[in-house]
Amino acid sequence: MTLASLNLWVIAPEILLSVVACLVLLIDLFVPADARPGVGYPLALLALLGAGLVSLMGLDSGSMTALNELVISDGVGAVLKAGTAIGAAGVLIYSRDYARARGLWRAEYLVLILFAVVGMMTMIGANHLLTLYVGLELLALCLYSMIGMQRDSVRAAEAAMKYFVLGALASGILLYGMSLLYGLTGSLSLAELASASGELAPTNLPLLTAVVLIVAGLLFKLGVVPFHMWVPDVYDGSATSTTLFLSSVPKLAAFAIMLRLLAYGLGEWASAWQDMLAIAAVLSISVGNIVAIAQTSIKRMLGYSTISHMGFLLLGFLGGTTHGYSASLSYVVIYTVITLGAFGIILLLSKPQFESDTLNDLKGLNHSRPGLAFLMLIVMFSLAGVPPTAGFFAKLLVLQAALENGFLWSVIVAVVMAVVGAFYYLRVVKLMYFDLPDKDDKVLSTAELDRGSTAVRWVLTANVLSLVLVVPWIGNLVDWLTRSLGDFGRL
Amino acid sequence: MNWFDQHLLSLLIWLPVLGGIFVLATGDDRNAATARRMALGFSVAIFALSLPLWTRFDTQTAAMQFVEKTSWIERFNVYYSLGIDGIAMPLVLLTTFLTVIVIISGWQVISQRVAQYFAAFLIMEGLMIGVFCALDAVLFYLFWEAMLIPMFLIIGIWGGPNRVYAAIKFFLYTLLGSLLMLVALIYLYMVAQGSFDILEFHQLPLGATAQALIFFAFFAAFAVKVPMVPVHTWLPDAHVEAPTGGSVILAAITLKMGAYGFLRLCIPITPDAAHQFAPLVIGLSLIAVVYIALVALVQRDMKKLIAYSSISHMGFVTLGFFVFETMAMEGAVVQMISHGFVSGALFLCVGVLYDRLHSREIATYGGVAKVMPVFAFFLVFFAMANAGLPGTSGFVGEFLVILGTFSVNGWYAAAAALTLVVGAAYTLWMIKRVVFGSLTNSAVEGMNDVDSREILILALVAIAVMALGLWPAPLLEVMHASVDNLLAHASVSKL
Repeated sequence: MTLASLNLWVIAPEILLSVVACLVLLIDLFVPADARPGVGYPLALLALLGAGLVSLMGLDSGSMTALNELVISDGVGAVLKAGTAIGAAGVLIYSRDYARARGLWRAEYLVLILFAVVGMMTMIGANHLLTLYVGLELLALCLYSMIGMQRDSVRAAEAAMKYFVLGALASGILLYGMSLLYGLTGSLSLAELASASGELAPTNLPLLTAVVLIVAGLLFKLGVVPFHMWVPDVYDGSATSTTLFLSSVPKLAAFAIMLRLLAYGLGEWASAWQDMLAIAAVLSISVGNIVAIAQTSIKRMLGYSTISHMGFLLLGFLGGTTHGYSASLSYVVIYTVITLGAFGIILLLSKPQFESDTLNDLKGLNHSRPGLAFLMLIVMFSLAGVPPTAGFFAKLLVLQAALENGFLWSVIVAVVMAVVGAFYYLRVVKLMYFDLPDKDDKVLSTAELDRGSTAVRWVLTANVLSLVLVVPWIGNLVDWLTRSLGDFGRL
Repeated sequence: MNWFDQHLLSLLIWLPVLGGIFVLATGDDRNAATARRMALGFSVAIFALSLPLWTRFDTQTAAMQFVEKTSWIERFNVYYSLGIDGIAMPLVLLTTFLTVIVIISGWQVISQRVAQYFAAFLIMEGLMIGVFCALDAVLFYLFWEAMLIPMFLIIGIWGGPNRVYAAIKFFLYTLLGSLLMLVALIYLYMVAQGSFDILEFHQLPLGATAQALIFFAFFAAFAVKVPMVPVHTWLPDAHVEAPTGGSVILAAITLKMGAYGFLRLCIPITPDAAHQFAPLVIGLSLIAVVYIALVALVQRDMKKLIAYSSISHMGFVTLGFFVFETMAMEGAVVQMISHGFVSGALFLCVGVLYDRLHSREIATYGGVAKVMPVFAFFLVFFAMANAGLPGTSGFVGEFLVILGTFSVNGWYAAAAALTLVVGAAYTLWMIKRVVFGSLTNSAVEGMNDVDSREILILALVAIAVMALGLWPAPLLEVMHASVDNLLAHASVSKL
């Protein structure tokens, strides 16, 4: 086997990021302490943007496999890889000031993010159960350590522990499902799984067991009811910069493994997993939205909100049609942009000595920082799915897909729950616009108003305004995503 | 069709939104004067720009005019498709006219976050015009919902003491109805085999069950907005808490969006269900007309009284729609326009009193005519119009609706006519207690009469009310073809 036949170009972004991650670690050893962030940060940022660009170059080159069919590169992979890399770059930009003030801004932080992105890219490009699993674990291990890095925080330690134990359990379940699948079909390759469908009926009991285990593992990673308990605790316990990371880009990768594993690998057995997803989706949307109302912490609230959004994401998977998958793809892309904006704003509001993470910290924001309040307003209405924001179109697409596939009752529950959800998003707007700041206000007193660096504010503004400004071209965006999805290698 | 005609509606939608953004950009209250002048400039320009809709309108056809259509979301066949007929056109003019009035009325009264206040009204103007012009279901829904955001903020930021409750109630009530409509629209999209064109929806053959389900989905959205009994409870709260400008726009235009929805979507898309459930709608309308009028009678708060009177008057509108008779339906549309002027003017009058004494209680006042004779003239005039005095616009609409209803069912007409008595009673009783009588409250003695700014806005609306009352022919002429066409369409079964 020659090097050329390995087709390494396919994994160029992963190679680039791994090399840079090692470089950042090395630089940390040889550069004096005070100069380290100045070298590592731009390097990591450039590497991420570079990896994003390299991924996008593979957009139109059709689908091809590499490394003995362990990995695949296709349109949807290119889009998602670029999305994770660029999204991670956004995470770095937003979290720098916050993490620096809390002593988290070390080379390890950058390295963990870079490796996490490599893990996500591996998941996205997986064409084999092993690749998929390795990518998943690489991501998960990076996330565990990122949360645990905040050593002096009891809550962070608790969150890391909880996430680690439950995450390891879920990985085990997923792995068990995969091993059953291997026993049944004799292969770990997704392509061979997809073509083995003729030999096994979807009612075959061992197959069903395997599917149930795999779906349970995936739903845990996605944070969908009934495997959602870790989400609010981890969101709330982690440093906000870490929450920003783990709530945004990994959702793209989670979508990718759903697509590769369920829609492609197990696509012909859709009837075996469809109903499970339907129930999980409806439960997620309901529980997420109802419980979010009772929260006082923004991070917990957004955690429950994520649970409900992942339910909406699943609605697109119900029918097992390309139409539905493309709706879900649009949903997850738009959702990632919204989440980046939401946590970006919270990070900008935080002070070195003060976490702005309870809802009351937002009181009267329109008085002290009208610009930021307006951005948060857009984010909240996007999350609620109210037009004219991109969040509305994301919901429209998945509802349409679910309705088209005959899931009328799921749609009606989802719609009613969207109204319930609107309540707590509106409450945030109410706090910002209708209430006056508290007297002993720590966040908003204009005297110590730290406006963050100019660059951060520009990026954040562009990020949030894109949710509204994209609307005239939303059709092009959806078309582009649908084209990139193609038939994602299905027969 | 020249360029101007083709893009006029787009201009009317986006110029206010753009104006709102400019006004917002003037920043905090140090630049309040600039913000005010800019907002007024934009609103007057937009009103002037909307006048060609009237002069260039072809009254002979029921087809859509000033049409503009470009592809927007190709994959779902969503078009950026605008157009107006004889029903939508007067509503657009009403919107542009009242926005000018609202902006002048908030001139001195609003002193905090001035730029945001005026920007919210301008942006809302654009979105409301969008609702009346949209011919694509997605576009319609987009404007319909987006309009909630500025209204929510207006009530919540500049409203009264209980504003938060009112704002959230308003938003959630409307959202629930709207989302059910969205499900219906997506369903129609699938039946239409991939089209969101509202006019195409009109021609779709639909079975009886499908029609019934779609009808109730639409009904949920529009009945909340109109509002009809029993989903009217958000309105008194929202009206009472909203600032004067917000009440005016709510009463005068957003309620009309619900009524407009019945004409544009509900009746033409599900004509058989509309006929089948007409008795239900008529029953609810009559309850609104009679019972809510009685409720209005016992109110102590002037804004609440006008709010209940609005529900009662909107009952006439839905009654006029669902008897399926030309005269009644035309009367209902006239009533929509007339109620826009009259209720808006009454809210402005209450605003004038509230600005002086910060009370909306009827009991606070008494003998206002002695200290504010000019104001008393206007208040009595608008109260008469509200009671349906001949010569005012209120009379034309109610008379036509009752006349049309009479030819269909005498009992309905008799019940509806009751309100002429009750309506006169609650209006005149309020006038008696506020305007006439002796001065009981010493604070009232110190009130100044209306200044020139207030006279200007009240006089402008008064002229409109008189004009429409004395000479409604142009308005009737404009809508005649469209109403005829709608009724003809609704009389053909889709089954």
